[in-house]
Amino acid sequence: MTDAPTPAVTSDAGEEPIPVEPDYLHAERGVLSWLLTKDHKRIAIMYYAAIVLSLILGGIFALVIRLELLTPERTIIDATTYNRMFTLHGVTMVWLFLLPGIPSIFGNFILPIQLGARDLAFPRLNLMSWYLFVIGACLLLGGMIAGGADTGWTFYVPYSSLTPTAVTPIGIGIFILGFSSITTAVNFVATTHLLRTRGLGWFQMPLFVWALYATSLIILLATPVLGLVLILVAVDHSLHFGIFDPKYGGDPVLFQHLFWFYSHPAVYIMILPAMGIISETVSTFSRRRPFSYNAIAYASLGIAFIGFLTWGHHMFVAGMSEWTAGVFGILSMFVGIFSAIKVFTWTGTLHRGSIRFTTPMVFFFSWLFLFVFGGMTGIAIATQSLDVHWHDTYFIVAHFHYIMVGGALTAFLGGAHYWFPKMFGRLYNERVGLASATGVFLGFVLTFTPQFLLGNAGMPRRYYSYPPEFQWLNVLSTGGAVLLAGALLLTLINLLVALKWGERAGANPWGSRSYEWQTPSPPPTHNFPTSPTFSRGPYDYDLTEEEARERIA
Amino acid sequence: MNELLRRLLFLPPQASTLAADVDGLHYFVIITTMLGATAVGVAGLYFSLKYRRRRRPLIAHVPQGPTPSGAKLEIAIVVGLFSLFVLWWVIGFRQYLALRIAPEDAIPVYVTAKQWMWKFAYPDGGHSVATLYVPVGRPVKVILTSRDVVHSFYVPAFRVKQDAVPGRYTTAWFEVKQPGAYPIFCAEYCGNSHSTMRGEVVALSPEDWARWVNASFPEVRRPRAPVNIEPGSVDLFDPREPTSMAREGARLAGEHGCLRCHSVDGTPYIGPTWAGLWNARVPLADGTEITADVAYLTESIAEPARRQHKGFALVMPSYAGRIPPGDVSAILEYIRSLSRAPATPPAPEPVAPIDFRPPASPAEEPRP
Repeated sequence: MTDAPTPAVTSDAGEEPIPVEPDYLHAERGVLSWLLTKDHKRIAIMYYAAIVLSLILGGIFALVIRLELLTPERTIIDATTYNRMFTLHGVTMVWLFLLPGIPSIFGNFILPIQLGARDLAFPRLNLMSWYLFVIGACLLLGGMIAGGADTGWTFYVPYSSLTPTAVTPIGIGIFILGFSSITTAVNFVATTHLLRTRGLGWFQMPLFVWALYATSLIILLATPVLGLVLILVAVDHSLHFGIFDPKYGGDPVLFQHLFWFYSHPAVYIMILPAMGIISETVSTFSRRRPFSYNAIAYASLGIAFIGFLTWGHHMFVAGMSEWTAGVFGILSMFVGIFSAIKVFTWTGTLHRGSIRFTTPMVFFFSWLFLFVFGGMTGIAIATQSLDVHWHDTYFIVAHFHYIMVGGALTAFLGGAHYWFPKMFGRLYNERVGLASATGVFLGFVLTFTPQFLLGNAGMPRRYYSYPPEFQWLNVLSTGGAVLLAGALLLTLINLLVALKWGERAGANPWGSRSYEWQTPSPPPTHNFPTSPTFSRGPYDYDLTEEEARERIA
Repeated sequence: MNELLRRLLFLPPQASTLAADVDGLHYFVIITTMLGATAVGVAGLYFSLKYRRRRRPLIAHVPQGPTPSGAKLEIAIVVGLFSLFVLWWVIGFRQYLALRIAPEDAIPVYVTAKQWMWKFAYPDGGHSVATLYVPVGRPVKVILTSRDVVHSFYVPAFRVKQDAVPGRYTTAWFEVKQPGAYPIFCAEYCGNSHSTMRGEVVALSPEDWARWVNASFPEVRRPRAPVNIEPGSVDLFDPREPTSMAREGARLAGEHGCLRCHSVDGTPYIGPTWAGLWNARVPLADGTEITADVAYLTESIAEPARRQHKGFALVMPSYAGRIPPGDVSAILEYIRSLSRAPATPPAPEPVAPIDFRPPASPAEEPRP
């Protein structure tokens, strides 16, 4: 960021009468210019490549699981492989896709531009976080391939310390990934505090920035606890401290408390950035100011705060006292309230808008339905007597996939389409986009709705074989998974084709008023030609085009 | 109505006294949830049709921002929702207390979970594996613990679930309404054969229960040897038939779960078969060979990973400290007795000459 102006710019300025700064993709050439870049946009693209690869891997693991569950007994793999598969699927999706996905790709790319900054506050730290991510991911996947791990992504002790599989390299990998998250979060917080451009107050910031800010706070406060737990497990395992291992007087339930103290807030690390994308999409395509900006901004912070006080609802049947369980139950309900405020605000934003039915909007509507349904089932399982029956069954699996896939993945795809012209300067095929978005919705509903019923019927999760009466619901679910995989593949192909052959988009194809669209697409290395002054809000659709343009200088 | 909704939602029969109440709340919550999600979805679609962009793509809109009535509506919806959530919580918490706190007169049954089976010990000293016998119409309190990892005792038909945690006792209770058999699942992932860790609760009518308690129930035998579960039946050691070390070993191999993975008839399963294993040459994962003698077999029980049999996945946990040395001796004696067992095809190794020396008592394993 403090580098001298790139040579390309000066030579351009010398040769051409009108200086045209090349966009960030063409500013420099060569592999090294990518691997050593400090440009937040290029780092975001490198994250994009790594994370999409992880998503594809995680998806393949999921398909193997679903295919195996076609029949009650062995279909394609044995029990050992199956147990490793669901562990691989969970670990890959959680740590390599859901947690870093939206912040590291879209946050990295969009947040500095939305703040009118030239880059993040600590560009080198940003590059380091990418390398940490890659090292962590390699350790994780390497450990999985070399030794496998069959503990599930929750690594409950004492099973995880008794299993002969390779838990250690995976633990180290997760530890390193934690540092990658933390460095990104530090960067976002510092940038939001320090690098807002002239005229940009806290309550003129786009809502995506608010969502990322709240997410970063959670990452900073929760991730160290995960690191701590991993160190305690290692110490317990090698030196027999007797913290978790009952053989030496430890308590396995303490591990669950500490694990969920991180992993429940982690759910909000996954979903809050998704909510940020939704806020941006709905305003842009309905040309409306958010129904209540403050409500969304404060609800983000509210979720970040209350998310730390609800972890116990994962342990209603683990042997905690009735009173404790009751407290965790009522606290969990508050998350529902904050989410409901947001949902109401998004729906209200549509009211009296001028709505364009584009691919990101199809993802928005899927999101709205799936998130509300998934969120409401979340309130249902926070109701303790019901959770006793549902805990650790497919009902839980269906619920968190409604939030993780229906929420985070759908918003991720919405963001991928919405910001595609911004990131690459081209347009994807709209018809294929609409078809794939609809396919994702239908495939998703068909995959996970039967799983609610399986959970009701009493099928526990992580079951390799199951009683035959559960079969036809499992077959339905697998059919849905195949449809979902097809639709996702179509999405990928559509975007890859557009990357090369897509129509040129122009700076602002959606006519959005948000700040990131007020600069060329793709943006030049330093985002804005000169450091801009924002003298209007990001959702001022009541201004005329001319006024809106004039107030960004 | 109850029956219709129960079937629509794929819920199992309501076999316990509390199940119907829990399901009542279930219907209330799920129907509200579905209505809520549908209402939001329909509102969104209605707006998107009514306010779809008709004319030139870029027109400015007035007014912007929330209308006062909109803000009031938002507050009303939030307050309404919160009241609804609190109502669910109040009902759910009361039911949770009812599910958790057993009546005073409940019959206690001690449940020990281990990879991958359930053992039940009754107050009168009887015990059973995988099948829990209970009377109809009387509350039964299960007192759970685990010998190895966390398991979870789950009977869908009773709407009851409780983790079995090593080093702790947890409790759950139920009262069955109708005689019948109700499946038990392990709901907390516990290793390779987690999904086969099932069992059933057999609820007996008062007459059958009385007969079972008096050990006259035809299918149930009372224990003849000490059972390695507490508290239960230790006092009832009363051998009625001559026993031998190998026979004791066979029983212990079942108790400790060895036979879940090792066959005794020559068929390879999750682990190597025990038939003909004694003193046979065994290929190791690192390419070398070793004689499966007392030392190797003892080591393999304690530390399976150190010198692993080729061709088998490393799924066996360490049993160091979890099988007492005396039991290890008995199990080894049982393996020895199988050295002459006909190794049915595919016979992996020729049966090695039998070593008639008395088995050396296995050394105390170094604790890891």
